[in-house]
Amino acid sequence: MSVILVFLLVVFGFSLWWLSQQRLLSKPWTEQGLAVDPSHRGEAAMPTAKIALGIFLAVVGALFALFASAYFMRMEYSDWQAPPVPSVIWANTAILVAASIALEIAARTARDGRIDISRVALAIAGAATLVFLAGQLVAWQQLSLAGHYLEVNPANGFFYLLTGMHGLHIIGGLIALGFTLVALSAQAPISGQLQLRVELCAMYWHFLLFVWLGLLVLLAGWAGDFIAICKQVLT
Amino acid sequence: MTVAIVLVLVALGSIVFHVLSPWWWTPIASNWGYIDQTLIVTFWITGVVFTAVVVFMAYCVFRFRHREGAKAAYEPESRKLELWLTGITAVGVAAMLAPGLIVWSQFVTVPDEATEIEVVAQQWQWNYRLPGEDGILGKSSNKLVSYDNPLGVDPDDVNGQDDVIVEADALHLPIDRPVKVLLRSIDVLHDFYVPEFRAKMDMVPGMVTHFWFTPTRTGEFEVLCAELCGVGHGYMRGAVFVDSEQDYQAWLASQQTFAEISGPVKIGAAGGGAAR
Amino acid sequence: MVDVTPHDESGVPPAEVPELELYHPKSWWTTYVFSQDAKTIAIQYSGTAIAIGFVALVLSWLMRLQLGFPGTFDFITPEAYYQFVTMHGMIMVIYLLTALFLGGFGNYLIPLMVGARDMVFPYINMLSYWIYLLAVLVLVVSFFAPGGPTGAGWTLYPPQAILSGTPGGQGAGIILMLVSLILFIIGFTMGGLNYVVTVIQGRTRGMTLMRLPLTVWGIFTATVMALLAFPALFVACVMMLFDRLLGTSFFMPALVDAGEQLSYGGGSPILFQHLFWFFGHPEVYIVALPAFGIVSDLISTHARKNIFGYRMMVWAIIIIGALSFVVWAHHMYVSGMHPWFGFFFATTTLIIAIPTAIKVYNWVLTLWRGDIHLRVPMLFALAFIVTFVNGGLTGLFLGNVVVDVPLSDTMFVVAHFHMVMGVAPILVIFGAIYHWYPKITGRMFHEGMAQFHFWVTFLGAYAIFFPMHYVGLVGVPRRYPEIGDTAFVPDSVQDLNAFITMAALIVGFAQIVFLFNIFWSLRHGREAGGNPWRATSLEWQTPTTPPPHGNWGDHVPVVYRWAYDYSVPGASQDFIAQNDPGTGIKAPRPA
Repeated sequence: MSVILVFLLVVFGFSLWWLSQQRLLSKPWTEQGLAVDPSHRGEAAMPTAKIALGIFLAVVGALFALFASAYFMRMEYSDWQAPPVPSVIWANTAILVAASIALEIAARTARDGRIDISRVALAIAGAATLVFLAGQLVAWQQLSLAGHYLEVNPANGFFYLLTGMHGLHIIGGLIALGFTLVALSAQAPISGQLQLRVELCAMYWHFLLFVWLGLLVLLAGWAGDFIAICKQVLT
Repeated sequence: MTVAIVLVLVALGSIVFHVLSPWWWTPIASNWGYIDQTLIVTFWITGVVFTAVVVFMAYCVFRFRHREGAKAAYEPESRKLELWLTGITAVGVAAMLAPGLIVWSQFVTVPDEATEIEVVAQQWQWNYRLPGEDGILGKSSNKLVSYDNPLGVDPDDVNGQDDVIVEADALHLPIDRPVKVLLRSIDVLHDFYVPEFRAKMDMVPGMVTHFWFTPTRTGEFEVLCAELCGVGHGYMRGAVFVDSEQDYQAWLASQQTFAEISGPVKIGAAGGGAAR
Repeated sequence: MVDVTPHDESGVPPAEVPELELYHPKSWWTTYVFSQDAKTIAIQYSGTAIAIGFVALVLSWLMRLQLGFPGTFDFITPEAYYQFVTMHGMIMVIYLLTALFLGGFGNYLIPLMVGARDMVFPYINMLSYWIYLLAVLVLVVSFFAPGGPTGAGWTLYPPQAILSGTPGGQGAGIILMLVSLILFIIGFTMGGLNYVVTVIQGRTRGMTLMRLPLTVWGIFTATVMALLAFPALFVACVMMLFDRLLGTSFFMPALVDAGEQLSYGGGSPILFQHLFWFFGHPEVYIVALPAFGIVSDLISTHARKNIFGYRMMVWAIIIIGALSFVVWAHHMYVSGMHPWFGFFFATTTLIIAIPTAIKVYNWVLTLWRGDIHLRVPMLFALAFIVTFVNGGLTGLFLGNVVVDVPLSDTMFVVAHFHMVMGVAPILVIFGAIYHWYPKITGRMFHEGMAQFHFWVTFLGAYAIFFPMHYVGLVGVPRRYPEIGDTAFVPDSVQDLNAFITMAALIVGFAQIVFLFNIFWSLRHGREAGGNPWRATSLEWQTPTTPPPHGNWGDHVPVVYRWAYDYSVPGASQDFIAQNDPGTGIKAPRPA
């Protein structure tokens, strides 16, 4: 359970930082009047949707951290073999990185009001992500052609499970991205609301890229090597 | 008024019930008297706290019940009182935790002279394996379990040949000799539970778990399963006899070893099976 | 008192958030069925939870009938008994308690108490309820599935949960159970995001965190915990579904089922237990923290006194919330995990008793020198303290690793967790329903029926679960459909069991009085007015009662003080509402 505990530590750290700005040590019964609420401080206030997405991503992060914890705990049993790594996932990784970059461009140009570039970048990101998903399917196919079926050993099971779970989250993001693209095509001067939506898409993609890189570390066996080295150092 | 009286009655009634209750733990038959003592300490501390809180509440309800024109005091907090209460609680908690952890460290430290025995659970019966004359239990695996080899003992392991197999029958243990009980399951989770021994532990298929104890009283004790293991869970019973040394040796002599059960012909067959 | 009104108001949120546009329902369907009003959603959540809760109540009757009078009822086979046990547990913990506290009270009270017009994402909030309803329906369907619902116990431990020796293990029962849980978690996440973000972003002018009523603190912290803990259950469910349907061996070791070698191998049931309890223990506090918060407000309001040690109460909620993530393995002391874990988890578990004890002290100290009105909500709050202290203290037995060894998996455990997370939170739920009923409906409940309901429920539930500890102390294991002929169990235990069953039947029937009262008073209760308890928090200050969609009419309230200004010296009344500017009052600093 170490991965999830480390993850929680980060979340708790964030929460503590936020709480530390909320005057938790004040004595509310001695105060009267319109108090300043630190979380509403003028211009710097974060949009509600962004906070919500941030919290949602923390939940998604917890989910994948728990999968990673399960992976490590399962790894300790004697029948464990390193999971197979189909070559196509390296290309997929590059494509997902490209999608993330395209979205970053889309978000920045949207902020500057250059809607035409933003629109194209968003479309490219969507297309690249579709290619990524197709590539993941190819990876599954490669595995099953090589006889690495789901039930043969737990590492295979984890490969299908983790890539599938990640893919589902990508599909969810694609739906939101599709709606944003439609809205972006319909609007000539870009509204603040729409800028925010593009930004949220970018945020979500970056996070899923981060999750994917984490999964890659697990599935490629680097995490296992790292633990082995740690154990050697400790003993 | 009624409320205050009822609250006091609840507190007093609980104490009276506790004192007069004919329902108490079974007389102990192992070395884990410390567990019982820790339990008694916990009963005292928690009992005092429960009574104090409820009676205090009852007093408040009686004394400060609403009366015409009454007004509550204004007191947002009291640093000193809260710190005192925290400190006292911490002491109470430590008074329970410290003996608990000391006894636990004994519980998890198996003495070197403990003899190993194995309990093998399956839906829904208890089997046992004793190490035989060499004092070593042979290797085993759930993958080897078959009709002829119900406990999955490895037929190729020399140490396993003289293991005494007790299938769906009572276990006997000699008195005053520490035993390390190794626990195995061939199907689902079970839990080897003899109330008089106080100790218990789950058995998990694919793992060997353990606990240790020293039987201190002769007699027959009932074995129950304490981990839901399917529809037969409530009926999964067995028996353990704690014998004097003499009786134990007599019982042991009448038991069959793995080699005897398998028979010379079947050893070959089973060995061939494993090789296949 | 210090006037904290800033000279420069730039840090104060505007009186009305301009972009907040409520969805205005156009038809009967969107007003009452597919409503986006948090209050309607709250009632939908509560209604569904209470309805499925009554199913769980009936299941508990059937269990108790079997335990009290074994062999009398032929239709209660061991299979059926285990199915009742499992479904009762799962429904109560997840589909009733979690849904009612967070989906029900969270939805109703958060926007009103923080002075918002609605949740921040009303549409997602609505979806949350409908997915919850779907989860409940899938659960109900499993009762009618071939082979019946799963009988694996609410912990759903593999390997038995998906094997033939357990009811529903090889049928559809376990699959439907897992699917229902997955749906519940998805639905809950949608709602949970709303509750958290509304507290962070939706608070009105002047409502700082330290001015929030403790109810909001409790629900807020519990929701944050639930958002982080439920993924563990999600992971466990998905992986078990893979094992059951696709033949993977995440949790499944090599084993023999009904004399046959299965193709599983190498997996670990302990891995499931870690994941399950990583959710399962925070879950206890997910239920407890909202109850803590609500009960603080009930006591304060009806004792006409500020909650004693508000700051300590807030800190304790946060500390309990955080600590509850590092105690999970105290459910696994005898699971076969490495025994050294016992030292760590026993220590963390007993440490968590300290902030919890502080909360109890502060509740009873709030009563001290109060002006106690023994109205029905207050009675329930007092009963909560009794049962919670009782159940919490027996938790110290089970949390202390070595004491847990003889007691684990006995009826002592059953008695403990029913007292602490069954009876205690449910008493709070009743107290809360009576407390806010006038706000929700505009009418008072019938006092006599409510009193009757209280006394039978409190004393009856205590009579059920207090003696049950002693059945466990004797050594009777839990999850046994009958004790049978067991040498160490005296015959009198069976008499005690019969007594407990009778008490359970009586308590169960008393709930019908509650339900009748709720419906009867809708029509016949007397008009309550906007603030019948003369309470300070914002939900009692709405311009109309029951509050309409949008809650506040033309202007959202502005908050000038904390939520506990009761019996302030020098004030003209014994309470000052949070939105009362009341400048002339000078309160002395406490000595």
